[in-house]
Amino acid sequence: MSVDTDTVKRVARLARIRVSEDDATRMTGELNAILGFVEQLDEVNIDGVEPLNSVVEQTMKKREDAVTDGNKAGEIIANAPASEDNFFIVPKVVE
Amino acid sequence: MTDLTKLTIAEARDGLKNKDYTSLELTEAFIGNIEAANKALNAYVTVTADKARDMAKASDAKLASGEAGALEGIPLGIKDLFATRDVHTQACSHILDGFKPPYESTVTSNLWADGAVMLGKLNMDEFAMGSSNETSYYGPVINPWRKQGSNQDLVPGGSSGGSATAVAARMCMGATATDTGGSIRQPAAFTGTVGIKPTYGRCSRWGVVAFASSLDQAGPIAQTVRDSAILLKSMASVDPKDTTSVDIEVPDYEAAIGKSVKGLKIGIPAEYRMDGMPAEIEELWQKGIQWLKDAGAEVVDIAMPHTKYALPAYYIVAPAEASSNLARYDGVRYGLRVPGKDIVEMYENTRAEGFGEEVKRRILIGTYVLSAGYYDAYYLKAQKVRTLIKRDFDLAWQNGVDAILTPATPSAAFGVADQALHSDPVKMYLNDIFTVTVNMAGLPGISVPAGLDKDGLPLGLQLIGKPFDESTLFQVGQVIEDAAGSFQPEKWWS
Repeated sequence: MSVDTDTVKRVARLARIRVSEDDATRMTGELNAILGFVEQLDEVNIDGVEPLNSVVEQTMKKREDAVTDGNKAGEIIANAPASEDNFFIVPKVVE
Repeated sequence: MTDLTKLTIAEARDGLKNKDYTSLELTEAFIGNIEAANKALNAYVTVTADKARDMAKASDAKLASGEAGALEGIPLGIKDLFATRDVHTQACSHILDGFKPPYESTVTSNLWADGAVMLGKLNMDEFAMGSSNETSYYGPVINPWRKQGSNQDLVPGGSSGGSATAVAARMCMGATATDTGGSIRQPAAFTGTVGIKPTYGRCSRWGVVAFASSLDQAGPIAQTVRDSAILLKSMASVDPKDTTSVDIEVPDYEAAIGKSVKGLKIGIPAEYRMDGMPAEIEELWQKGIQWLKDAGAEVVDIAMPHTKYALPAYYIVAPAEASSNLARYDGVRYGLRVPGKDIVEMYENTRAEGFGEEVKRRILIGTYVLSAGYYDAYYLKAQKVRTLIKRDFDLAWQNGVDAILTPATPSAAFGVADQALHSDPVKMYLNDIFTVTVNMAGLPGISVPAGLDKDGLPLGLQLIGKPFDESTLFQVGQVIEDAAGSFQPEKWWS
């Protein structure tokens, strides 16, 4: 399978990365090189093989559903590019 | 006075306890080396000299009162991927500009609890994506090794290139690193240092910036096998904050060093003999086989028929997980924000400017293979191939193999800005061909320096172990180190 420039632009939109026309053209070639490389997997017989979802044979640990942390709004917004009264500030999203 | 920066961690541990020197003296010696070398080698992206001095003084007080921890007073470098409270933590990406976490990763917390001293944060490929340390926002790291009679700059490998260079050039006693597809073992091999990626689940991932969560593991890079055992003992733990942390007590890895390998069964997989592999790599491998035979190990041929599919499967699984993990960088909660006319344009502008080319490439591949209609053809298939790769290893263990010996890399270090490698991303990816199988199966792997090539550059051998059997890797690794000797670059940088 290979991608065309329109597909690259659509995927970039899904990934929320702005790409220029030149970027998209260049990336199309690069992505096709990678997709061509992974095509080797078509040679492998995977009939009846289960996907590997975890390399560790351990049931996922669960903790008690209890509040163990909190009251640190100041720390949480400390690295925000824009904040006010312990809220993150973003461009307007509703008209 | 002897040059304190030449000491191993094991030697410094004894020297500090004997009061031959103080941690402050040791720390000052390393700060001096960093100041002299960092301009040329670019291993550190931030140096925390004042903090290091404070930590060293506190260690000296503990050493004096007899309360010393396992790493008391030992100065270390920390890869920029580990969250360190109030200190530069950016995964060497522009998108995390100015980020200083108000928390500390479990791995570094363990190190400080054992008395280690932090010298600063080490350069790396952006978000640990790369095999040459050239994708860092802070510029490439330079390998302290050069070809004989050449002054060409070589890469230290990646993504833990800063860690490997800092250890090789004696800018720290040891360093933390991480390995998703070979990022500890390949740079260790390129710089004549020892690097171990432990079993998935051995070191907590909490507070380590995520790249591909089912593959990422932390581990140390150090000067010797023993030093790497000492560091791993402190880094590893059982951590309730990481659901994939495994409930197995951390053994005393150092106890395995010096134990005879007589009777151990070492597997040699013919599938690691790749087309076009330089003759020197093959010779190195044969030398390693002979050393282990001489030490009394039994060497057996094993079959790993799915080896060649590990790298293509990795280039589906890792980008898929990365595209999901890196969705959090949106210009809202931390790091860079580039304005736009609405919130979507703000996201798009921020991510376009904040991520480098390699990171964007992987996010796009990941987004594509996970997008509607392609999941089964790519991601599900890759996860099935992963089962087969793990099965190859499981069969070897079932047949009584204790460890597997392979080359660590298909070549020695290459030049900075190598044209052939930069024009074709797949060529760069091939660097990880021998290391990536280990991540796909979640196993431990160690790279040990084993010799120099015709140009005088270091080469490494890799040992792969059973899950949670790092001890055997240290045991066998020591035999290789004893036979091969140790390798130091000529000091040209200061």
